[in-house]
Amino acid sequence: MANRTIAPKIIDPVEFDLHLKPYEKKTLDNGIEVYAIDAGAEEVLQIEWVFFAGNWYEQQNMIAATTNFLLKNGTASKTAFQISEHFEYYGAYLNRGCYNETSTITLHCLNKHIEELLPVVQELITDATFPEDELKLYKQNNKQRLSVNLKKCDFVANRHIDEYLFGIDHPYGKYSSAEAYDAVERDQLKAFYDQFYRHGKCILFVAGKIPANLFAQLNKYFGSLPLNNKTLPEGAHPIVQSSNIGSPIRLSNDPEGVQGAVRIARPFPNRHHPDFLNVQVLNTLFGGFFGSRLMNNIREDKGYTYGIHSYLQNHIHSSAWMITTEAGKDVCDATVKEVYKEMKKLREKLVDDEELLLVKNFMMGSILGDLDGPFHIIGRWKNIILNDLDESYFYNSIRAIKSITPAELQELANKYLQPKEYYELVVV
Amino acid sequence: MIQFDRFSLANGLRVLVHEDHSTPMAVVNVLYDVGAKDESESKTGFAHLFEHLMFGGSVNVPSYDDPLQLAGGENNAFTTNDLTNYYCQLPAQNIETAFWLESDRMLSLAFSKKSLEVQRKVVCEEFKEHYINKPYGDVWFKMRELAYKVHPYKWQTIGKELSHIENAKIEDVKNFFFKHYRPSNAILVVAGDITTAQVKELAEKWFGDIPAGEKYERNLPQEPKQMEPRRLEVKANVPLDAFYKCWHVGSRLDSTYYAMDLITEILGGGGSSRLYQALVKEKKLFSNIDCYHFGSTDAGLLAIEGKLVKGVKLQDAEKAVEEELTKIKNEKVSESELEKVKNKTESAIAFEDMSVMNRASSIAMYELLGDAQLMNTELSKYQEVTISDIQKLSNEIFDENNSNTLYYYAN
Repeated sequence: MANRTIAPKIIDPVEFDLHLKPYEKKTLDNGIEVYAIDAGAEEVLQIEWVFFAGNWYEQQNMIAATTNFLLKNGTASKTAFQISEHFEYYGAYLNRGCYNETSTITLHCLNKHIEELLPVVQELITDATFPEDELKLYKQNNKQRLSVNLKKCDFVANRHIDEYLFGIDHPYGKYSSAEAYDAVERDQLKAFYDQFYRHGKCILFVAGKIPANLFAQLNKYFGSLPLNNKTLPEGAHPIVQSSNIGSPIRLSNDPEGVQGAVRIARPFPNRHHPDFLNVQVLNTLFGGFFGSRLMNNIREDKGYTYGIHSYLQNHIHSSAWMITTEAGKDVCDATVKEVYKEMKKLREKLVDDEELLLVKNFMMGSILGDLDGPFHIIGRWKNIILNDLDESYFYNSIRAIKSITPAELQELANKYLQPKEYYELVVV
Repeated sequence: MIQFDRFSLANGLRVLVHEDHSTPMAVVNVLYDVGAKDESESKTGFAHLFEHLMFGGSVNVPSYDDPLQLAGGENNAFTTNDLTNYYCQLPAQNIETAFWLESDRMLSLAFSKKSLEVQRKVVCEEFKEHYINKPYGDVWFKMRELAYKVHPYKWQTIGKELSHIENAKIEDVKNFFFKHYRPSNAILVVAGDITTAQVKELAEKWFGDIPAGEKYERNLPQEPKQMEPRRLEVKANVPLDAFYKCWHVGSRLDSTYYAMDLITEILGGGGSSRLYQALVKEKKLFSNIDCYHFGSTDAGLLAIEGKLVKGVKLQDAEKAVEEELTKIKNEKVSESELEKVKNKTESAIAFEDMSVMNRASSIAMYELLGDAQLMNTELSKYQEVTISDIQKLSNEIFDENNSNTLYYYAN
């Protein structure tokens, strides 16, 4: 009979020796770098074309996002409908996404259809036409969607907190508006497309059970395009932080609202900073997983919220440390107070060994699980490569988890968890 | 083809094992055959609240989460109208920790008053976050009540109202547990870097001595055939008028399920679907439109919903939707259109099966439907759907007398 009062023996995951499967790298005739992870049992592929065409490079708000969105809404030989139908006929998913520095086209498909799909992706990169009526419809529907989102306190809070951290003109701080949509002109899209896609800088990330001829296929369709010839414009974007740091900001968005969106955030350096990896451990302990201090106190003890999280923003140039939750309208202030209490505890009291071991084991188990499968592995590599890091970043992050001490955590808490250095926003 | 082994314990617990030695992880998935449909109408939202309480400590183990995290594991759970599913993933070497934790909470909860008190509040905040403090968040409360008159699908998993959750008592919690959380009412799936022999030994060791309890016999009132159109209009503080309409469809095991699923793809799946192309792109009546179904175990609903372009009248929008439905009822779909939605389904299944966690929960869900082996015949059932199946079923579903329509007006 099992003794249920004693936990079964475990191997502490902190002792694991974790490895990041190396990528295979090839270069197309025109210099496009292709990073590939060949793994997995299913006959499926994920191919991602990453362009340096994020909002970092636009001259006017919404140009990068609109260009990216309309890539698949018409080419010289196909309508938006025909393009969608082509990918859908082969059961493929063609997505695009616009971020700050980069924008992407992502294809997920069964291996057996790849040769029907690549030529059309090529067409999107060489021959998109940005039809006027597609742009008009895009503006109308996005303005409508925006009007719905602006009713949500979390959406509004996310916009404001980024603005405080980076400034309304910075790529990380600016946001959409009806006026910004209205101001977008077709010629601007065509010019942006020509510079940042057709003649832009592109990197390819491939993962799945990779067919032997894939590289030849990629070279055939993308290896002779006029990409990667020109240097990218520098794009100087000074950060302009708002002056209301350290004092409570309360905004009213919906008089009938029953919850408030709480955002507490401070500027934080990027991944190249020597504290970044250690702070990832401190963040996990503080608010980065279900067993964190914030979750245990504010959800599991007080019941103020369905969930509370903290994280370091995923930016290349400069990050921010963010605490977010939606809490009952009456308990928002109490929630903020508890967040600061948890900061204080971390500053003043050493984390005990038992709790630290739990956090370390959890992080290691979580990374082990996340290294499972080709799409996850290429995702890690993409992050490393786009942030101009190398594999030592991965191994250093493992080392940070394994070796960090309670004293180091306390030191970091004193350095970074000071309420007066945080923006504190509640939107109801 | 997903391979698995299956055995049962003397207390009625069904155990399925899916070996995959390409991953270093193990997944333990415990599905309980209880959902919001098993609640009484005066105590709705309870199955879901109960799911939260399953993390509040069990009879011998004060915390579920801490030991799992210490072993490098992660976990979560969800409740639907039909079932409650708990899953965790951890390094395979530490699999026994999951057996210990899952078996102890199947043996008995601690029934902590503090946990009930806190989780009542947490669930109320979840209710507010997703259904009150959100534009259009109340739609499916209204639509379910319109469409279902007797079947307990008439309320949502989160519950009918906050007060049902606020009033939950510790006695309710105990009764619910011993009625529904017995081994005979559960399916255990273990997947990943483990062997069947290992799972047999661990299952016997940790779950074997849990009393079988009484088998719960479900006896739900089935929804009578709807005989007349039902309509409802509401006004709310939202920026845009919205259109919602739903129709009754067969159960998950009904032979029409596959054609019904493909109909929703033809009408509403993606950028080349009919409703999007006709009503968003060409006629410019909707700013977005979707078509989907609920996939419920008992007879379910197929829904179309969309937000209107400012200035468009709801009557005109509905008329345009009806024109598309008339088309699918009167004209045969083309070979290539049918081929397209079948191809999409094939690839959706392939991508879903990539993660061992998804495979484990699929095995559990198909076992709940009657036989885990069903998951390996799904694709061929989609392949068998014919052009005339689509037309015939469209005529059966899209009958005005079978419909429920909601006009959601902006203030």
